[in-house]
Amino acid sequence: MLSNIGIALVILVSILSSLIIYTASVNLKTSKQVISKNIYTLSLFQTTFTALSFFTLIIGFINSDFSLINVYENSHTAKPFFYKIAGTWGNHEGSLLLWINILVIFSYLFLIFNHSHDKKFRLYTLIIQNTLILGFLFFLLLNSNPFNSIYPIPLEGLGLNPILQDPALAIHPPLLYVGFVGCSIYFSAAMASLISGYGGKLFAKSIKTWVKISWCFQTLGIIVGSIWAYYELGWGGFWFWDPVENASLLPWFAITALMHSLIVLEKRNTLYTWVIILCLSVFILSVTGTFLVRSGILNSVHTFASDPSRGIYILLYLSLMIFSALIIFFLKYKKETNNFNLRSRETFILANNWFMVFFLVTVLIGILYPIFLDVLTNVKISVGPPFFNIVIIPLVIPLMFLMAIGPKFGWIKSQNKILYKILILICGAIVINLFIFYFFGAYSLLSNLIFIAAIFLILHSFSDIIKSIKKKVRFELPRIISHLGFGLLVFFIGINHQFSIEEDFNLKVGEVKKMNNYEINFEELKTKENKNYKAVIGIFKLINHRNNLTQNLKPEIRIYSNPETLTYEAAIKTKITSDLYLTMSNVSRSDYYNIKFQHKPFMIWIWISALMIALGGFIQLILKKK
Amino acid sequence: MKNNILKIVIFSFVIFSLLVFWQGLKKNNNYDTKNLIGSKISKFHLIEINNINQYISEEDLKKNKFTLINFFASWCAPCRTEHKYLLSLTSKNKDIKIVGINFKDKKKNAINFLEELGNPYNFVGKDEDGKISILFGIYGIPESILIDSDLTIIKKIVGPIDNIQYNEILKLVQ
Repeated sequence: MLSNIGIALVILVSILSSLIIYTASVNLKTSKQVISKNIYTLSLFQTTFTALSFFTLIIGFINSDFSLINVYENSHTAKPFFYKIAGTWGNHEGSLLLWINILVIFSYLFLIFNHSHDKKFRLYTLIIQNTLILGFLFFLLLNSNPFNSIYPIPLEGLGLNPILQDPALAIHPPLLYVGFVGCSIYFSAAMASLISGYGGKLFAKSIKTWVKISWCFQTLGIIVGSIWAYYELGWGGFWFWDPVENASLLPWFAITALMHSLIVLEKRNTLYTWVIILCLSVFILSVTGTFLVRSGILNSVHTFASDPSRGIYILLYLSLMIFSALIIFFLKYKKETNNFNLRSRETFILANNWFMVFFLVTVLIGILYPIFLDVLTNVKISVGPPFFNIVIIPLVIPLMFLMAIGPKFGWIKSQNKILYKILILICGAIVINLFIFYFFGAYSLLSNLIFIAAIFLILHSFSDIIKSIKKKVRFELPRIISHLGFGLLVFFIGINHQFSIEEDFNLKVGEVKKMNNYEINFEELKTKENKNYKAVIGIFKLINHRNNLTQNLKPEIRIYSNPETLTYEAAIKTKITSDLYLTMSNVSRSDYYNIKFQHKPFMIWIWISALMIALGGFIQLILKKK
Repeated sequence: MKNNILKIVIFSFVIFSLLVFWQGLKKNNNYDTKNLIGSKISKFHLIEINNINQYISEEDLKKNKFTLINFFASWCAPCRTEHKYLLSLTSKNKDIKIVGINFKDKKKNAINFLEELGNPYNFVGKDEDGKISILFGIYGIPESILIDSDLTIIKKIVGPIDNIQYNEILKLVQ
């Protein structure tokens, strides 16, 4: 029943999308300056029906309707209600339907919120966006239909991968999808701008909000994913330079570059071509990322949705997208003359772009090189943290200086007054760094430079905040908050990296392990039955000899029944100054348990500062509305 | 003219990448070292854990009828469970020599580990950064490779050695 309703809705949406493309093409030829009412109506219907199809699937998951293969494969009656809903997008087919929803909703919103812009530009955007939508609809119907039915109807489902049953991971995919799929709209707008010749300042104005929205969601999505990795994966880290994580960084670098150069285009009406290139690349990189993650071409710890037959489809889609973008770009490309003053803000913004492009290329090479090598020479290698750390970290130092100084340079030309203040702040940063160096422990030259740059950026941002509060200028605040967040993030990651304690050892019940200032007692083992899993809980007493503080830590091994899987839940004690992290894993055929103990300073501050980066973006969105 | 060259470069790069992706889809991506059986081990240079002046290379292993190369670490719990099999291997069969490669471990911990459980190894080499283990195609420990005097791999055991594998090794070396 649900299967038929769902498929009918999806087909209806496909027909509506085709109709929109047709009506828009007809409308283009009329001389009237307004967009025909029919297009609005069709778009509204399209949005409604797409949303309905997604609700149909959610209902299937809530009611555990196992007549749908998708529900049967990814859900179970014993699953908590929240995860039943989250299960809708926790699998390939369902998430594809979510993609389409976002494509359609953004298409509709772009149409209704851009009244003041050129008719041709808006119609072309609509046509291109709907072509993208149709492509995904075909993919859904032909290859990955979440509404496929199964007969005879199974009594029980197979269950959702327990590692995905986590609140952070339930919201991580939707956030990322809004971020990644949301960029489709300015891909379409950029193509439309090239075709219709509607460029410059006005074009920047039309896509500004959409760039910001997708930037905010991408940033937040990546952070939430990282939080999930820290709490759920039980490795004690939060960023692994894993190919899948890297795939999510590619569009982020491009979109961050775009956010900045868009300001130049809007204020100074220059850099148009560059902005177009970025607009096109953000979505192309998003789809490339999807291809890499979903096709199974990447070997990664978390490619959970891979299937080569999907790969061919996404690859075809990607190829068509890239070629049409390239062809239209080269056909319509007009040479621009950019002349800026070297000490103006544009130069600094462009410098940001160079950094972003450099990071992007580094990560892209890191992802592509192993794939190319494997295909061409059959040699399997993996590019890991050392490569990224060596190439990327040193460049973060000048980037942070520019992030502090850049925004202080006025448009077009600037004075020398600021130099004085910069010098004082650099001295301040050096002093603070020396203080940390002497009182808490020595570190390498590179780390010294990183701390100095980060502290400089933090101090500079604080002085900016004070200034903007005094002058009562609000519009600067979002930028300062995001930049401050980045400075703090680098600072706390640095501290965390330098002063973490990590110990790996085996322990039996009743044994005691002593190290540094800590003593760990493995007191007992308990078992607990839960709704959808059985837990083996280790009770550990941790004594800190430095302050004689005793704490109980209870890591768990969970045995999920549907599907049968083991997961390791870390016991994490979070304090303002540090996290204590303990995981326990069983050792087959032995009484021993493998214990991983970590003391991680300022862990919570890493999340807070990362969230500040995203918060800056969200504040800007709200401020603009008023 | 300059523009055309740029266009050609960009298009060829894109086409090339897409073709590589397409080819990549057909490949089996599961990393599998089973196919290493029958091939020879690569050259290596292994330094003794206690004495940095002492080392062995693949040439030294040619003298042994059979060599079991075992990768272990003190932090690796399953290594404990297989240890008793390693100990009884050397006592049961004189033809087999065991080389231990201490993977990403601290020297002190490794020595404690061997003092506590006994030392089945004829030679213990250190591999602090895991680079030597990569030469052998190791992707996790414990892992063991059985080779003959030609340096040909005759068996690979991924994970701890258990009773079944222990007996198989004994059969192979007879």
